[in-house]
Amino acid sequence: MATPQDISKTVTPAAVRKRPVKTSAPVPEIMKQGGLVPWLYLLPALIVMAFFIVYPMINTIGLSFSNKDGTASAATTCREGNPCWGVFENYRYALTAEFNTSSPQALWSSFWSSSYGNTIKWIVVMVFGTVSVGLGFAVLADRVKYEALAKAILFMPMAISFVGAGVIWKFVYDYGTQQTQVGLLNAIITSLGGKPVAWLSTIPINTYAIILVGIWIWSGFCMTILAAALKSVPDEILEAARVDGATEWTVFWRIMVPIILPTITVVVTTMVINVLKLFDLVYVMTGGNFQTDVIANRMYTEMYKNFNVGRGTAIAVVLVVAIIPFIYYNVRRFLEQEATR
Amino acid sequence: MNRERVNKLLNQLPTHVIIIFTMAVWIIPTVGLLITSLRPPEAVGNTGWWTVFAPQNAGGPYATYCAECHGADGRALPQADLTNPELIAKYPRSLQLLAMLRKDINGQPHMGDNPLPSAQEAADIAAFLREGEVKGAGLTFNNYVDALVGYRGRSTYTADCAAGTQPPDIKCNLQDILNPRGMGRAFINSLLVTLPATFLPILFAAFAGYAFAWLDFKGRFLLFALLVGLQVVPLQMTLVPISRFYAQVGLNGTFLGVWLFHTGFGMPYAIYLMRNFLGTLPRDLFESAYLDGASHWTAFRQLVIPLAMPAIASLGIFQFLWVWNDLLVSLVFLGGTTPVMTYQISNMVTSLGSGWQVLTAAAFLSMLLPMIVFFSLQRYFVRGMLAGAVKG
Repeated sequence: MATPQDISKTVTPAAVRKRPVKTSAPVPEIMKQGGLVPWLYLLPALIVMAFFIVYPMINTIGLSFSNKDGTASAATTCREGNPCWGVFENYRYALTAEFNTSSPQALWSSFWSSSYGNTIKWIVVMVFGTVSVGLGFAVLADRVKYEALAKAILFMPMAISFVGAGVIWKFVYDYGTQQTQVGLLNAIITSLGGKPVAWLSTIPINTYAIILVGIWIWSGFCMTILAAALKSVPDEILEAARVDGATEWTVFWRIMVPIILPTITVVVTTMVINVLKLFDLVYVMTGGNFQTDVIANRMYTEMYKNFNVGRGTAIAVVLVVAIIPFIYYNVRRFLEQEATR
Repeated sequence: MNRERVNKLLNQLPTHVIIIFTMAVWIIPTVGLLITSLRPPEAVGNTGWWTVFAPQNAGGPYATYCAECHGADGRALPQADLTNPELIAKYPRSLQLLAMLRKDINGQPHMGDNPLPSAQEAADIAAFLREGEVKGAGLTFNNYVDALVGYRGRSTYTADCAAGTQPPDIKCNLQDILNPRGMGRAFINSLLVTLPATFLPILFAAFAGYAFAWLDFKGRFLLFALLVGLQVVPLQMTLVPISRFYAQVGLNGTFLGVWLFHTGFGMPYAIYLMRNFLGTLPRDLFESAYLDGASHWTAFRQLVIPLAMPAIASLGIFQFLWVWNDLLVSLVFLGGTTPVMTYQISNMVTSLGSGWQVLTAAAFLSMLLPMIVFFSLQRYFVRGMLAGAVKG
């Protein structure tokens, strides 16, 4: 008799491979005409991409070695008596300015209140939150009659802008200095006899309060993709395991999760990229104040509030360096997919 | 038989509880927003939005002593409108209120044959009127009017216009909807930004997707792999050079600049989706078309475009939601000169100038169109999402 583990072992390799979509078969012989024709079709797309993505990326890297308005080398902004990294001065600012290096303890605490520390908190909490809510809901909603409604509700925030979501939740988190609380969360707390909390200005709760909004927005996305993957798990395997006496818990962890693991990986990487780029929520809810700053918002602040081209672009480059592993992963996954076609 | 059903229900109970709890957490904040946007300003600041569900005690003493003549909403007597803050301000406490009630009106006792309220009751009535709860009785669209016009006056737009106390830049006619501070103008701007910025990428992506899927050229695979990599390049990486360039050529603050930027940036994902979809079309279709002597252009117009409609729909929704909900690009390239809805709202939030009632109404206005698009075309949205990488 096969235990669930055995089943998952035998099933995984075949099921892991995404069912290949039949696409881009070799071009029919008869269509291979006119060497220039394909390029005519590609031209508009290539022009806008070259101009709006490739050229600015190169230019951004160049500007990150320049001064405040991009007119001279970053080395000229060094001040005597201060640490200086020469042409890498903007990177010194981007990477070290938020840290207090006077003692290891100070460094540790300043790291976790910096935009880098916060971005790490965002990545860990938000990815874990969205994937677990999404996966849990996908599994559970499958068993109830109102599945469509439940999923639509979880999915709804995807249609709402970050700005709109920011307003919705700012209102939930509202902190009244008077006796009555019009914010839902504080009203619940006070009605239970607790003290109201200024959710968005109390360190360190505020960062997590904003992350919760992110989870609210993105869980539906994770749920939809994971639900589609779960639907492709063959029913026979699940039935066989249940007949063999596996509990639902075992079925979930030992069969479903291993089978959809590749999809979970895709969702996790997509979410990490989304979090790294995320700017609007922090901008609307706290503006990066009260130690809630993240890398993407810091870049905006340097560039469009402090008008420092060199520093702004240096932070953008740091951001893109953090994303490079995912670009690599994306391309590799694409190549694998193409190979199975 | 029956016991089995009960057992099954009990087993399922935790599932139901978890799902319904999650649904509640997900929907209640939005419901709160909607209700708040419909409540009168005085009520919004004084009580939580959930109180609209509480049984209406209608102010107790007010209902007993005043509602008969003044009406439940306090507006039944135009010459003594109890929603008028100036009138209410004359009777802040029970003392002034009782003194007024004892006076005659047109030679008749104020209260007619009815007894006067006691001191405590009068105090309750005064408090009730002061907090404007007499207006809390009903929901109103006034906040939406204020939000659309971007109104910042002493009272609501409707009330001030009726009383003629509006600021000089308000004309109290339909022109006000074009007030640059308002959401009405921003709605139009958002549409003007979004429609071309959705159409252009789809068009370009259809061309390029056709080439990648069905045309043969050198470097086809390499170019496409590059494109896959470009999909996740963050917006932030490209903003600065483009905004510097736009400043030089005068494209800052223009629609054209934003259209082009969104087109360029939306391209990698759009092409990826298009190519993958077009690649699934049957090969015989193209072969027979070419055998019949169709040119590439004919094949593209008469085969590809009609058949690609599902992909075009997916892509259209994606791009529409992305552009409509975008803040960063419009913040950088349009700013306050041609404000779009997201910009207008973020401005309201950060400037703290507006109360919750206008802010919630504005937020709901901005959510309306995407919600309609989203729920009516959800199928295509999901399909586009599942088709591969997702842009964020």
